[in-house]
Amino acid sequence: MEKQQKNKKIKSNKLEHKLINETTQETPSISENRKKYLKKVKIRKISIFVTQISILIIFIVAWELLARYGILDSFITSQPSRILNTFLNLSNNDLLNHLRITLIETLTGFSLGTILGVVIAIILWWSPFISKVSEPFLVVLNSLPKIALGPVIIIWVGAGMPAIIVMALAISLIVTILDILNGLINTDKEKIKMAETFNANKLQILTKIVIPANISTLFNTLKVNIGLSLVGVISGEFLVSKGGLGYLIVYGGQVFKLDLVMTSVIILGIVAALMYEVIEILRKIFVK
Amino acid sequence: MEANTQLQKKSSTKNKDAEKNKNISKALENNKSNFPDVVLDVKNICKTYQSKNGEIEALKNIKFNVKKGEYISIIGPSGCGKSTLLSIIAGLEDKTSGEVIVNGKIGYMLQKDNLLEWRTIYKNVLLGLEIQKANTDENKKYALELLKKYGLYEFKDKYPMQLSGGMRQRVALIRTLAIRPKILLLDEAFSALDAQTRLMVTEDIYKILKEENITALMVTHDISEAISMSDRIVVLSQRPSTVKNIYTIDFEIQNRSPLICRENPKFSEYFNIIWKELEKYGKAAEKQKNQK
Repeated sequence: MEKQQKNKKIKSNKLEHKLINETTQETPSISENRKKYLKKVKIRKISIFVTQISILIIFIVAWELLARYGILDSFITSQPSRILNTFLNLSNNDLLNHLRITLIETLTGFSLGTILGVVIAIILWWSPFISKVSEPFLVVLNSLPKIALGPVIIIWVGAGMPAIIVMALAISLIVTILDILNGLINTDKEKIKMAETFNANKLQILTKIVIPANISTLFNTLKVNIGLSLVGVISGEFLVSKGGLGYLIVYGGQVFKLDLVMTSVIILGIVAALMYEVIEILRKIFVK
Repeated sequence: MEANTQLQKKSSTKNKDAEKNKNISKALENNKSNFPDVVLDVKNICKTYQSKNGEIEALKNIKFNVKKGEYISIIGPSGCGKSTLLSIIAGLEDKTSGEVIVNGKIGYMLQKDNLLEWRTIYKNVLLGLEIQKANTDENKKYALELLKKYGLYEFKDKYPMQLSGGMRQRVALIRTLAIRPKILLLDEAFSALDAQTRLMVTEDIYKILKEENITALMVTHDISEAISMSDRIVVLSQRPSTVKNIYTIDFEIQNRSPLICRENPKFSEYFNIIWKELEKYGKAAEKQKNQK
């Protein structure tokens, strides 16, 4: 018995040491080994970045040269210099206007999808009954390829921007609902019980525990949603529309203006990456 | 909270149930025991669960009381419904029949500290007050005082991630104390901690409770922990649980603390008695033996 107690005391001393180490970690004394390690990490990071850039440059240069010397048919594959040219003459091609249309549609679809999705997910969390009732419908809707609804949507809301926004909404909404609901339901039950011990009502549990606990779920969903909204908008523009990058791609393809198609695709890629980055920055601000 | 207080006197078995608050002082004079007034009175609690497979009788005629300033432990084989009993007392769960009379506000401590990682320590401490819409300047000041008193003031703007397990549990206690409870319910409050931290934290929290003069009712499966902290231990049987025995733990020392009690020769005596009693109820005792 006494021995055990002694052991425990020794161990608890060790524990205190551990704690002290943990708290002093903020200002570490830099040893030689540490320096070496940090250098190694840095070099690795740089070499990855350099390799990535090189691959990109080699790809572009090879494409350009192969097209210039006639090994690739630039009529079919286009050519970096011609893409750059199209890009620089944005205003001539009305590209800027098309970009604007696509952006408006995407952001509208994205915001609507997110807001509606979150609201519906909260309603389903609030009422397990409604949640159980709607479960099979949501599952079917989720696995249904939403593009199949395209013609129906056009007939219901008319060809044009509204149809495209509804398309983006259709593609992103169900996923948002399911992802957010899943997060809400899986909130730590113990934390909810803790709030209940203070006699919290359901609204307080929602606002003080469940929603803050799911901020990172929300941002993950937003990231998925940006991609999905773009898919919805572009496929909507394929179907209807007289403007937008999706329209440009279809049009360019039909009249064999591959420069236009490639430029549109690249701009689309840049737009998607920028939107993703914005959400990532927001996430870093809101999630600690 | 129920407004009326009930006093149960040990001296007179004839019940004087429906005494009102104003009569407390009178009762104090009449009753010469150390803990004159009853803070919590549990009367014939029964709990039956309904499920698809049938009924499960979890609690049967549970009755005991907790007097002011006492530290009571409830111990019993695992799955006997100890935690359910606490939830019923706190009003988190419905009871099938019986009555719980509480005189004063209840505080509740769970196994995990459940600090919200997106709030600072200070904001975490204010959570209970916020929920009860009592975050007045006065109460906020009181919460800050508690943080100061128990050595957490300098961490008030830190996040829970930056604190050790023991400190986090102390923050959880202060969060509960901030609502100024009369009685604290502890539901296996230390079992998420590793063995060494656990000893330190029980010592720590016991002292805080005594300092703040708070009555405590603890559920545990750890016999040593129960003996080292309690004035009385309520032993429950297997399902359907009934109160098998209530042991009075008296080390005959002033200013006892869990660690001091563990070194007392009477400790192992108590341990053996309660262990043997629990052993009769099967598995839970077996687990304890392995721990020893």
